[in-house]
Amino acid sequence: MEDRQVPPAYDEVGQHGVFPQANHDERARFNFLANLNGYLASQVLPGVATAYEARAKPRFAEHHGHEPQTRKEVRACMEADGYYQSWSSIRRNTMEMRQQAGRSLVLRQINDINERAHALNKNDSNLQLDDSVKVPHYVSAVDIHCMPGCYYTELAPGDVSVGANYDCGLFVTTGGMLGRYSDGGGQALANWLKEQYEAGFRPRRVLDIGCTVGHNIVPVAQAFPDTEIVAVDIGAPVLRYAHARAKSLGVNNITFRQANAEALDYEDGSFDLIITCMFLHETSAKALPKILAETQRLLADGGKVLHIEQPQYGEDMPLFEQFMRDWDTFNNNEPFWGAMHDMDLFEQMADAGFDRDKMSILGLAAVVDESIFPAAANDDTEDYGRKPAWHVYVACK
Amino acid sequence: MTDAAVTLDIDAIAEAGRKAKGKRPQFFEMEESERLMGILMAVVEELAVTRERLDTVERLLEASGGLNREAIDSFHPSAEQARERGLMHQEYIARVMRVLQQEREALEEAQRRGPDKPLEQVSEELGNS
Repeated sequence: MEDRQVPPAYDEVGQHGVFPQANHDERARFNFLANLNGYLASQVLPGVATAYEARAKPRFAEHHGHEPQTRKEVRACMEADGYYQSWSSIRRNTMEMRQQAGRSLVLRQINDINERAHALNKNDSNLQLDDSVKVPHYVSAVDIHCMPGCYYTELAPGDVSVGANYDCGLFVTTGGMLGRYSDGGGQALANWLKEQYEAGFRPRRVLDIGCTVGHNIVPVAQAFPDTEIVAVDIGAPVLRYAHARAKSLGVNNITFRQANAEALDYEDGSFDLIITCMFLHETSAKALPKILAETQRLLADGGKVLHIEQPQYGEDMPLFEQFMRDWDTFNNNEPFWGAMHDMDLFEQMADAGFDRDKMSILGLAAVVDESIFPAAANDDTEDYGRKPAWHVYVACK
Repeated sequence: MTDAAVTLDIDAIAEAGRKAKGKRPQFFEMEESERLMGILMAVVEELAVTRERLDTVERLLEASGGLNREAIDSFHPSAEQARERGLMHQEYIARVMRVLQQEREALEEAQRRGPDKPLEQVSEELGNS
């Protein structure tokens, strides 16, 4: 029992100024879901791998005269496997339960949350909304990761409920590995930038694309309070929530702006550092090259662009691992996930005008207060895509 | 920006359970299994919540001196109490297993006097007599 990993209690999650206030049973629900996700990843998921090797793959080979040769063939034979079906069904249910748990917590106090957000946002020029920004098809086609209302739906003008729901449940999927404010990615970025700063790379202006609730950029703003940061997203509710959240945490150097990253109105070379964090996989094959071209145009000479994602599939990744990592594409409303992870991102960045010789991959894991929260870097459970340990695709100009 | 936030008047219970846009995948061969798994996992979740709440109650009671939690684990019922609790289990099991118990009744009835008539047939008979 001593050795068993137990995620921190939801009580440890940080309470900023617009965070929904969870009662006993709401915290218990998140505690249960965090532990259930941990169980599925560590105890059930290995059985899925065994089911593939021991019966699904041999069965396929028997019928077809060869082992599965594509991800699609792995998928076809696994979808008929009872153990995989049970794991998949329960995993999908955990996503849906997490959404209902978050929404019930948020919506019962939505007027209070909206009032708090409004008070923090009122007459603040760091929040720049623009009604003319249209929600692109790749955001509206389905509700991304089964999040009703996605990032952009407002229940009334000024509503922030989708932002509050997204924020309050980030804890669940990673079992607390994203840290107190679910900002372990941002903390890792801030640490990286501190090292860069020491080495002489000192960006004056930073752009965060697809910022949602701002959890990945606020730690950077806190570490560099004199740096000017612009964070863009297409969703007004998440931006309202992000600005209020950041402000309540004492951050005043981020401008949250409603804009589509395929075409931004900043001048060429406006930024020294451009970041996307778990964003590119939520775009589309048409939008992604446009966004990369914009980063090339907006980046100043000597600047760096960082794209933080789960690893690309690539030919050297085993088919079974590709198939498992592709689960979210079909089962968690992430329709561009598979296509995006099949791409050679460096080739895409080269097509956008970046120099192939100035590209590199960086490993990054969420940085958390390890006295309370589990460190992704020390976790050896293979969960095929949920763990906050990323590949960063870096290009210098 | 206006001076006050817009006040929402929503049914938070109904809104919380809204479906996400996008077709839900089917994992099992029968859609009934899909439904049952969904309901079962929600019940599992709520039981976990209840257990955590009970644990909180016990700890609070203990902290206030009203309860020694070790006394719960070392509690042994008297014969009468044990019987009451046995009946409690039996009543609970009967509720949970009702569907199997009634299916058995139907099998036995069918053996005795033939299968139940479909309700459509009973309805038609009563409408015509």
